[in-house]
Amino acid sequence: MNSTAHLEIVSPGAYASIQDSGRRGFRRIGVPWAGVLDPRLMRIANALVGNPGTTPVIECFDGGLQVLARGAAMRVAVAGDAVIEIEHAGERKPVPAWRSITLADGDIMRIRRMGSGRIAALALEGLALPQVLGSASTYARAALGGVDGRALAAGMCLPAQAASGVERILPQVPAAEERPIRVVRGPQADHFSAETFETLLGSDYRVTAEADRMGVRLEGPVLGHVGAAEIISDATVPGSIQVPGKGQPIVLLADAQTAGGYPKIATVIGSDIPRLAACRPGQTLRFAAVSAVEGERIARETEAETLALLAAICPFAAEGVDEAALYAVNLVSGVVHALSAEYRPLTAAED
Amino acid sequence: MSMCVLDAGDAAFTVEFGDAIDPDLLAAVNALDVGIARLQAEGGLPGVIETMPTFRSLTVFFDPLQTGREILLEALRPLFAASGHSGGDNGRLWHLPVCYEGIFAPDLAETARSLGVSKDEIVALHSGSDYLVYMLGFLPGFPFMGDLPKALRLPRRPEPRLRVPPGSVAIATGLTAIYPWESPGGWHLLGRCPVTLFDAGRESPSLLAAGDRVRFDPVSMAEYERLELALKTGEIEPQQWLTRPKAEDAEVLR
Repeated sequence: MNSTAHLEIVSPGAYASIQDSGRRGFRRIGVPWAGVLDPRLMRIANALVGNPGTTPVIECFDGGLQVLARGAAMRVAVAGDAVIEIEHAGERKPVPAWRSITLADGDIMRIRRMGSGRIAALALEGLALPQVLGSASTYARAALGGVDGRALAAGMCLPAQAASGVERILPQVPAAEERPIRVVRGPQADHFSAETFETLLGSDYRVTAEADRMGVRLEGPVLGHVGAAEIISDATVPGSIQVPGKGQPIVLLADAQTAGGYPKIATVIGSDIPRLAACRPGQTLRFAAVSAVEGERIARETEAETLALLAAICPFAAEGVDEAALYAVNLVSGVVHALSAEYRPLTAAED
Repeated sequence: MSMCVLDAGDAAFTVEFGDAIDPDLLAAVNALDVGIARLQAEGGLPGVIETMPTFRSLTVFFDPLQTGREILLEALRPLFAASGHSGGDNGRLWHLPVCYEGIFAPDLAETARSLGVSKDEIVALHSGSDYLVYMLGFLPGFPFMGDLPKALRLPRRPEPRLRVPPGSVAIATGLTAIYPWESPGGWHLLGRCPVTLFDAGRESPSLLAAGDRVRFDPVSMAEYERLELALKTGEIEPQQWLTRPKAEDAEVLR
């Protein structure tokens, strides 16, 4: 095993992989972007440990991820509504998400479960991994990126550096959005009647168990085709909603094939892909239509919200808070808010 | 040729030139693709991330924080009028070895039965023409090639296989392909090609490019095994099957 400092994967949980903002420029030879499903989580987690925003992170689904610090104290942070605990010297204690944590040599951190959603991003200070075709993102089908081109597995190690600088916290976590998933009419919307498009918008669709980084298969009222249920294969995009012959829609995500032969009734806008990908099997969702130009406006708003969240991240000291220093940088109201018990109850009674 | 622009969300749109698999439509797609590459090289089109050429359309991916659908359509309008070389061919020709025998050809007998010809005739037909690489997609390095001789055309298998072995040479509808990776697949498997179609370590990761032509050379099982080993040890390079280089005057696709 490694003699230098590293973070060891004790268990990947349901599914975990190394992802960054993905690889661009190779769709023309069949290589999907891959990359994090929720870029905001990546950027926040990285900011919390002082990394550049697009440093690779561990993207994990549904909890169960366990990591072990070896060889040095190192800094990590989890973004996402995760229930986390640390095992230090045989004792377990809960720790909150949305802040950096210093793991001592030998500490284990577990994401016990997700409070809501499915996805969390774990950043490790100073994580540097080789890039393949311009990205460290794992695309397992073609063994690209990540660790040996594979999803994370027990025993894999990530190179770490000794913790430096201050711990940081996101004082106010992103608000949960309940609104419908917004879509633009798809390139083959005319393969469906106006009534069928209204069915897509007016009905509940249930997320099936077939939901992963490639796509989310939905179940609901049948979307019948006008004419053939196949087209001459053309490009798909992340968010494409394709409708195979049986009329049940599939939303394509980051690892999906770059071309497809099913008509695409609509496209989920980029701002809402993270919410869709975070839906758990069994959950129902609704769609609402926006224009492409409206989608662009929403993208700019979403980016502004993300930048505001990143700007709010501030230093944090766990014990013996240096209040004078916090007052001096005018951040204390946020810090107090984040630590208040009613804001983030840390009971041991869950599961 | 009827051109239209289709929405593909808030960060992409598709320019579609028709509704057929036709080398002339591919030529139009390539002409637009080359035009966009040229504008980008000149520093125009900020915010365009990449383009994806397919049989009959080009999808433009962009960053909505840097540009927008309306701005790009305006900038691309002069290119819509341009027409491509007919044929969509770049001059390159590959002769790729294929073993059409035994376990490498699980669907050969059934395909022969469905089409009412002998297995030998299938092999002769399949290896008897040059195919145009219309596009790459579905999987990294997966080439959609055509057109098959009329006598070889049949629909996809009613039940897709869950695991198609890498290297499988397959046909469906009017097209033929090679699966670079193990994956599910509904095409009929006629043979196996030992040549690695995708290698991220190569300067050009995909062996084939849209506009290439490919001809299949039948090889025996023993020859297949010899080639596979020689490729693995680096004794031979996949480039040795490139029998004709790109035409001098062919337009350069990035």
